[in-house]
Amino acid sequence: MDLLWIFLGSIFVNNIIFARFLGCCPFLGVSTKTETAKGMGVAVIFVLVMAAIMTWIAYYKVLAPLGLEYLYTLSFILIIAALVQFVELVLKKINPVLYKSLGIFLPLITTNCAVLGVSVINMNEGYGLVSSIVNALGSSIGFLLAIVLMAGVREQIDRNTNIPRCLRGLPIGLITAGLMSIAFMGFSGMIK
Amino acid sequence: MNPFKIIKNGITSENPTLVQCIGLCPTLAVSTSAINGVGMGIAATAVLIGSNMAVSAVRRFVPDEIRIPIFIVLIAGFVTVVQLLISGFAPSLDKSLGIFIPLIVVNCIILARAEAYAFKNGVVESFFDGIGMGLGFTIALTSIGVVRELIGNGSIFNVVVTPAGFQPALLVILAPGGFITLGMFMGAFRFFQNRSAEKRGESLPDADSGGCAACGSAAICGVRPDAGSASQTNGGDDR
Repeated sequence: MDLLWIFLGSIFVNNIIFARFLGCCPFLGVSTKTETAKGMGVAVIFVLVMAAIMTWIAYYKVLAPLGLEYLYTLSFILIIAALVQFVELVLKKINPVLYKSLGIFLPLITTNCAVLGVSVINMNEGYGLVSSIVNALGSSIGFLLAIVLMAGVREQIDRNTNIPRCLRGLPIGLITAGLMSIAFMGFSGMIK
Repeated sequence: MNPFKIIKNGITSENPTLVQCIGLCPTLAVSTSAINGVGMGIAATAVLIGSNMAVSAVRRFVPDEIRIPIFIVLIAGFVTVVQLLISGFAPSLDKSLGIFIPLIVVNCIILARAEAYAFKNGVVESFFDGIGMGLGFTIALTSIGVVRELIGNGSIFNVVVTPAGFQPALLVILAPGGFITLGMFMGAFRFFQNRSAEKRGESLPDADSGGCAACGSAAICGVRPDAGSASQTNGGDDR
């Protein structure tokens, strides 16, 4: 039951974009078309879950026994960077079709604060391996949900010529995200 | 080289938050109060100055192909130092900034400056660029923080300034307020930029390209391979 709450909570209540502000750069940068937004979202799901597993192992099996916890920032980012490279190579070899659709998003994810952020949250919350995976899966599904919704809205906004010149593009996108965030606040009563 | 020009560049014409639109996550998350904005700004500035100087110092020995991982390791080293200093000397700030201190390592501003400026310029120029960009980030964060704290809590730097009958709008401090306030700030900044450009008789490039296209690390990310040239000109303008 706890796992279900972690899962639902990370999708809706603590949505990674609208409540935790992680991964805002790709959220605002890649959300101009629904198709690319979908690709980005799926790539994030893939990398985030893998990174959560790897960083959990690194923290509890390597850093903690050696008393080197303070090096977590350095080692997590290295693990994520190496992981992304590795995933890219494997995907290219095993599934060229998938690589074609996800490949361009992978390098972008290295510097996505959502990946490092969720790993750090898992560590701060003291989640076990299974809870970490569930939290990572929920968070990244929340990201996919947010970015696809946002892309749908922005496709319509871009057609609108009534927007003042200084608000076009990113500023109106941010204001839209704010309104969507208000909507997502409605979920906050769902889970204690 | 003119240090004042480099610093001014970072604050106004190339302001990382309001013009280049990079490093938005910490901006949104920690600008809930003025003091948080100052703290985050100073932490990021310290990392930026350190990483800029280090990258610039080693730039002749670093092969092009593996420069990004090397930048990341250098940045992560400085972030760890800053993180330990904050948790040692300012535990309350450590608590309110939370995971956004370790996340300075993935702050695009820092990687973007390493790539677009420090990798191509000398140590001293990079030092001033770090100060300029850091100040630009700090000023943007603090001013957003002041507005959000004033409307959402009725105080500035924890000093109550509003009359007794004022009902604070809590929403501005919560997540939605962050997005909307930043959007308004960006719009206002662009409005004044456009106006001053028109006065000088120039026309400003259309500000439509937001997010990744305007980001200095767009070339690294590979989302827009053609954006590489854009970030190069960005670096060139500084000189």
